[in-house]
Amino acid sequence: MRILRRHIGRRAQARAPFAQPRGPAYSTQNSLDTKQMPRHAHLLLCVNGESVEASFAPYKTLLEVLREDLALTGTKHGCELGECGACAVLIDGEPQLSCLVLALQCEGRSVQTVEGLARGAELHPLQAAFADLGAAQCGYCTPGILLTAKALLEREPQPSRERITEAISGNLCRCTGYQQIVEAIEEAARRMSDESRR
Amino acid sequence: MKVVGKPRRRVDGRAKVSGQTRFADDIVLPRMLHLKLLRSAHAHALIESIDAARARAHPGVHLVLTGTDFPIPFGILPITQDEYPLAPEHVRYVGDPVAAVVARDEQTAAEALDLIDVRYRPLETIATAEEALEKPEPRLHAYSESGNIHRLQAFQFGDAEAAIAASDHVFEDLFFYEGNTHLPIEQHACVAALDADGKLTLWSSTQVPHYVHRSLARVLRLPASQIRVIATPNGGGFGGKCDVCNHEMVAAKAAVVLGRPVKICLTREEVFYMHRGRHPVLMKFRTGVTKDGKLTGMHLQTLVDGGAYGSYGVASTFYTGALQTVTYELPRYQFEAARVFTNKPPCGPKRGHGTPQPRFGQEIQLDKIAERLGKDPAELRLGMLAKPNSLTANWLKIGSIGLEQCIRDVVARSGWKEKHGKLSEGRGVGLACGSYLCGAGLPIYWNKMPQSGVQLLLDRSGQVTVFCGATEIGQGSDDVLAAIVAEVLGIDPGDVRCVTGDTGITPVDLGSYSSRVTVMMGNAAIQAAEKLKAMLGEAAAEQLEVAPDRLAFANGHVSFDGRSLAFAEAVALAEEKFGTLGAVGSYKPPRAPGKYKGAGVGPSPAYSYTACVVEAQVDAHTGWITIPKIWIAHDIGRTINPVLARGQVEGSVYMGLSEALMEEQAFRRLPAKLSRALVHKIPSLLEYKSITSLDMPVVETVLIEDPDPNCPFGAKEVGQGPLLPVVPAVANAIYDAVGVRIDEVPITPDKVMRALELKAAGKPARVGPDHFPAVPYPASLIVPPPWEGGDGNAVRSTAP
Repeated sequence: MRILRRHIGRRAQARAPFAQPRGPAYSTQNSLDTKQMPRHAHLLLCVNGESVEASFAPYKTLLEVLREDLALTGTKHGCELGECGACAVLIDGEPQLSCLVLALQCEGRSVQTVEGLARGAELHPLQAAFADLGAAQCGYCTPGILLTAKALLEREPQPSRERITEAISGNLCRCTGYQQIVEAIEEAARRMSDESRR
Repeated sequence: MKVVGKPRRRVDGRAKVSGQTRFADDIVLPRMLHLKLLRSAHAHALIESIDAARARAHPGVHLVLTGTDFPIPFGILPITQDEYPLAPEHVRYVGDPVAAVVARDEQTAAEALDLIDVRYRPLETIATAEEALEKPEPRLHAYSESGNIHRLQAFQFGDAEAAIAASDHVFEDLFFYEGNTHLPIEQHACVAALDADGKLTLWSSTQVPHYVHRSLARVLRLPASQIRVIATPNGGGFGGKCDVCNHEMVAAKAAVVLGRPVKICLTREEVFYMHRGRHPVLMKFRTGVTKDGKLTGMHLQTLVDGGAYGSYGVASTFYTGALQTVTYELPRYQFEAARVFTNKPPCGPKRGHGTPQPRFGQEIQLDKIAERLGKDPAELRLGMLAKPNSLTANWLKIGSIGLEQCIRDVVARSGWKEKHGKLSEGRGVGLACGSYLCGAGLPIYWNKMPQSGVQLLLDRSGQVTVFCGATEIGQGSDDVLAAIVAEVLGIDPGDVRCVTGDTGITPVDLGSYSSRVTVMMGNAAIQAAEKLKAMLGEAAAEQLEVAPDRLAFANGHVSFDGRSLAFAEAVALAEEKFGTLGAVGSYKPPRAPGKYKGAGVGPSPAYSYTACVVEAQVDAHTGWITIPKIWIAHDIGRTINPVLARGQVEGSVYMGLSEALMEEQAFRRLPAKLSRALVHKIPSLLEYKSITSLDMPVVETVLIEDPDPNCPFGAKEVGQGPLLPVVPAVANAIYDAVGVRIDEVPITPDKVMRALELKAAGKPARVGPDHFPAVPYPASLIVPPPWEGGDGNAVRSTAP
């Protein structure tokens, strides 16, 4: 059996932390024979509105394919277990944790990452508001929150404060205390509605 | 001022919102290999043998390293060089690294770890601080003072016990502050590589590239001039990336051996075990007060659970006592501390470094004192504030103090007088204060060189580039640097290019810790910018035919009375006159007045002050605590960028509240069949509870500006101090709400319920530690306070 990166944490939890398996987990023969290495999957993904062909081991998560195979390192990771929200991207417009999605599942679906938010050199109103209002301190949780907020504003252009805090409650931020993030989302909503009225 | 004090988008804001900030794990280099560490599953054991033959034979594996490859130990403090990159013979906590594999990818490296056969001889584990006192054996470290007591400290600044005995009232209280961890969302990562010319470069998510640089040179036995450490922007630090780390040493060694780039990114579980977070501290406060509410003396004893290694622990232990004197007037003070070793991940500095624990105790005790004396807690504090421009009992020099204004501000805004003791059952308000360093007075290793250096280059295009070793960890150090240079030169911060945190090309700055960056880097930056301003002024004055001191530098122009030059024109004229334009600035804190051994911890160029009111709602049936609102006022001296400053305050409030209510770095023993190892109860982001957007109350922040002459434009720190009062203010609010004292952190619903049950049974409604063990504190160093004829030296030591 191939051990996926995502399984490492779970295996560790099933026994003592950092404990090694009692017997050899992998015989040097079967897991290492390159003939038995999984063949790469080759498929067409739609990322940030562009079709990209990617070739990757089939067990890779969307997070890994974005960061390692497509060099889109704007998507971050904080746990690779679906706990922190840092890796959130939009799949067909819905926020999803890219560490819990196999890239294989994304064939024919539209994936949006932080790199796809700006229009050319012009920041998306959410990005601009986050930068102006202190919503990004270290900036590590920021991409995941921006995309989560974008999905919210697309559903609800004028969300209440409660709806905003609810929407981003799966995204952990250790720097800001969330208040400036919430205010930036409110400000972006205002700017976007002003723009659409113009 | 044109820049300082104006709200602005931070200079690195665009990068952060567009995914372009390049964190350590975002770095990918050609031919890069991946490193994984094999960590001990035993909390305490001797390594009998390591057989790595099968791992070495594993296809895709390039290198296996073990303890024998690293004969030289390291440690952040020169006096505690007690860690090895890979443990050679003795593992001291679950997670201690013992071997390393470098392979073509992470997965192959992880597979090969399981092929390394390590034989351990398990030793008895020391689980708690009390156990460490009771059991000198098995001893974790031969260098400890005795048995498993790492370090003992004892000071007497005047006869505190005599003062307490002569007081109208004596209060004796025990408090316990559980350990907790930084939990940066970015896991630690680094990439090491040899440059084309054979020199070593390490990119790392570190807050202290200079200290990593020094340690790498020692451990790898390479000339420091051949090593370059680049601190990548940290995805959160909070002190968790202040230590020199095993994985940095091992990755660098592997890159040197293999001649290929090597990367490692820790898993979340590994980050929990690497820790270096808040020390669990048991405290005993004996405090004397007069009937009108003045402190007469304090005797503080602390017992600090250090975990398995030294880390910053000696300093952390000093900090459990050193700053007790800078908030309130304290004529006499006795402080005794002990740090012990236990078989748990090492503790170190976390936001507030050693001071949130005693702050928690002192501010709750003041609440108890106010109640006994029938005084309002805010009025009690206002009556005992430390004086500006004064010396403390332990010889710290205080400059500006904006605390009175902070207290009056939060009292007024929160409606304190209408609320305290007057809200309906289940609802209450609590008040607390705090103070913190603006940079530690002394560097970690003894030297007389500057603690921060800045170099500034100008060229004829008008381009301004500033170089400084300071490290951007999210707090906004690049923005402060650009703003200060821009203010002096009269340009826009966006016109300044910052090159920071790179030991290969930037002047040394000691790192982002102890809230030192704004003050130290800022002063160095002003000095460098003023030198260039003088040159620009001289050249521009000739052209404009005016005296240089009459010129104004503002809005990208150098001007006087309608005559004006664009900044770039002034630069070109100065380049003509003086040649290539550059200047350096540097900063070293003023010499502290204390001269006794131990006086090195506590001094700072300035101290920040904070006051906070927390409102709490407690459900008497479930013990559930909700916090609807927090009011906070922070004496920042001067605000550089209000957007960022407010963010630092709110972030501190968040972290303090999260510690107060839920965060715990707690351990449990595995069952016998799983080796009885001491493991983290909850090493995941899901189960290690932290406050989410749904739990976060409204925070109303006011920045009080009492400029300090030692600080750049008067600007003091803002990144750590505001955390301090939040934790005790929560405890005091809960008391006001339901009349129970929770004298330990975290304050969880089960503890509130237990206290409510005690209250209902007519017993003392308190949950907290009930005894303080016998600690063999040594004879105190006797240091007379300034008002008892002292000169800052110790006169003698005496048996306690």
